[in-house]
Amino acid sequence: MSTGQEVLVRVENVEKTFRRGSEEVHVLSGMNLDVPSGEFLALMGPSGSGKTTLLNLIGGLDRTTTGSVKIGSERLDQMSDRQLAAWRARHVGFVFQFYNLMPALNAERNVELPLLLTHLSRAQRKRHVQTALEVVGLSHRAKHYPRTLSGGEQQRVGIARAIVTDPTLLLCDEPTGDLDRKSGDEILSLLQALNQDQGKTIVMVTHDPHASNRATRTVYLEKGQLSAEKPE
Amino acid sequence: MKFLSLVWSNLKRKKLRTSLTMLSLCVAFILFGLLSAIKESFSAGVELAGADRLIVRHKVSLIMTLPVAYKARMERVEGVAAVTHQTWFNGIYQDEPKNFFASMPVEPEPFLAMYPEYVLPAEQKEAWLKTRTGVIVGRTLAERFNWKIGDRVPLMSPIWPRKGDEAWTFDIVGIYDGEKKGTDTSGFYFRHDYFDEGRAQGEGEVGWYSVRIQDPEQAAATAAAIDAEFANSPYETKAEPEGAFIQGFAQQIGDIGAILTAILSAVFFTILLVTGNTMAQAVRERTEEIGVLKSMGFTNELVLALVLAESCLIAAVGGLSGLGLAWLFISAGNPAPTMLSVFYLPNHYLGIGVGLVLALGLVAGIFPAIQAMRLQIAVALRRNA
Repeated sequence: MSTGQEVLVRVENVEKTFRRGSEEVHVLSGMNLDVPSGEFLALMGPSGSGKTTLLNLIGGLDRTTTGSVKIGSERLDQMSDRQLAAWRARHVGFVFQFYNLMPALNAERNVELPLLLTHLSRAQRKRHVQTALEVVGLSHRAKHYPRTLSGGEQQRVGIARAIVTDPTLLLCDEPTGDLDRKSGDEILSLLQALNQDQGKTIVMVTHDPHASNRATRTVYLEKGQLSAEKPE
Repeated sequence: MKFLSLVWSNLKRKKLRTSLTMLSLCVAFILFGLLSAIKESFSAGVELAGADRLIVRHKVSLIMTLPVAYKARMERVEGVAAVTHQTWFNGIYQDEPKNFFASMPVEPEPFLAMYPEYVLPAEQKEAWLKTRTGVIVGRTLAERFNWKIGDRVPLMSPIWPRKGDEAWTFDIVGIYDGEKKGTDTSGFYFRHDYFDEGRAQGEGEVGWYSVRIQDPEQAAATAAAIDAEFANSPYETKAEPEGAFIQGFAQQIGDIGAILTAILSAVFFTILLVTGNTMAQAVRERTEEIGVLKSMGFTNELVLALVLAESCLIAAVGGLSGLGLAWLFISAGNPAPTMLSVFYLPNHYLGIGVGLVLALGLVAGIFPAIQAMRLQIAVALRRNA
């Protein structure tokens, strides 16, 4: 699966099991995946195939049952909760399907949230926020609250929030799933630009073939197994 | 500090709910302030009572009198340094029962020596010694009726009518202040000689004795010696420390401290439930947002601290404004001078109030905060999906 570039994400022999009542549900089994640095990877598959679970494992939001997840030189499965939180703050940005903005905060304060965990001064944080909002083309809406923004604009704020700390890895869970085609295209163009112009490594979960076409590579997940070809 | 605006923003999202919770806290702390002032009014005398003073009264009841001749015998009891007496006069001003206040005939010089906490200017003391109908009144009482030095005050006493059924008339010659903040300055003290000659009955009798003892450590022994001196006489005595006497007097209408504590406990328990419910709802509604914060790198401990800070902020805004309003109300004056001899909020109650605010915030927030801290990110985010 490797393209020859340095591998940023390495998922090795990962199993993930959930318990539903007395029943054990195997979501991922023997999963292996390498994502080279600078790749824009689309992860496709039917509902319940384990796409979001895999994304959560790569982002350190969840823990493997067995196997390892390595990002760069760091083993996420060996980190404590506190180490994992610090790692997420430094290295990863999340973009969610439903934007998940804080309704009580305006756009710029939503974008500022990850920076509260840094030692930056108020003025430095402000500068970073302005830059991120400019990148997504929303600096003119900085003072607007989420309820006054369209879906596309809210997702742009979500992306600005994800990139404001300049993370190496962007993880997007159905970023266009709640948007119309036009807004979805704008978001995909933005992600593409972040990948191509700023070298961000992106892993995007999507149902939409139109979205996966923007990625540099697509992998398919079904019944806990990955394949490069779309299953029949 | 950089997280404070985040906490504050969260509070503002449900303005009505937050306002009502804060209002409940505010009312609870107004009640706390007022009841504390009332409690202080009943206990101030006990706290400020002289450790070296005994009160000697009739063994059967306070309303029964003792012979004035006991004074000389008491002075001879071992351990006694000084003796003076007072009598409950029950004076009513302008024939209005609501114009009731503590009024007592006393011996001016021994009385002022016995109670140095009553601060009277020297020239006013001189005037009292020279004026047979002279009376000294406390600052609080003078302000209550707008009395000033030189005023003539008529009083009626249902216990001690004057010969010829005339009203007792007194000339205000002095206004005393309290040495300490809690000192009772609502008293009306006039000369015993004027009283004794004018009363229609009971000549030669007094209400109780105040006794200064040489060694406060020997209070019990001296009290026992005084009671022994008058044992088996028609007027047996009961001597006790002044603090115990005042406490017993206050408890004639019930254990005020226990009653007020019970009321406040009920109020604070209810408020704890109200605030706890508000916080639990707030956390439940923000499950996904907490998941998002954690996904950004907010640690479990930081999430715990943010929820607790939110809870404490609600408690602080509501509780401290309540304490402030209570303080303003109390500072405006005594609403029931007939019932409460002093009415103020001591600093230690303000300290207790601030402590309660903090405790309430922490206890109300701790369970929702732990819930938020333990929330698994993947589970929190799945709720939205």
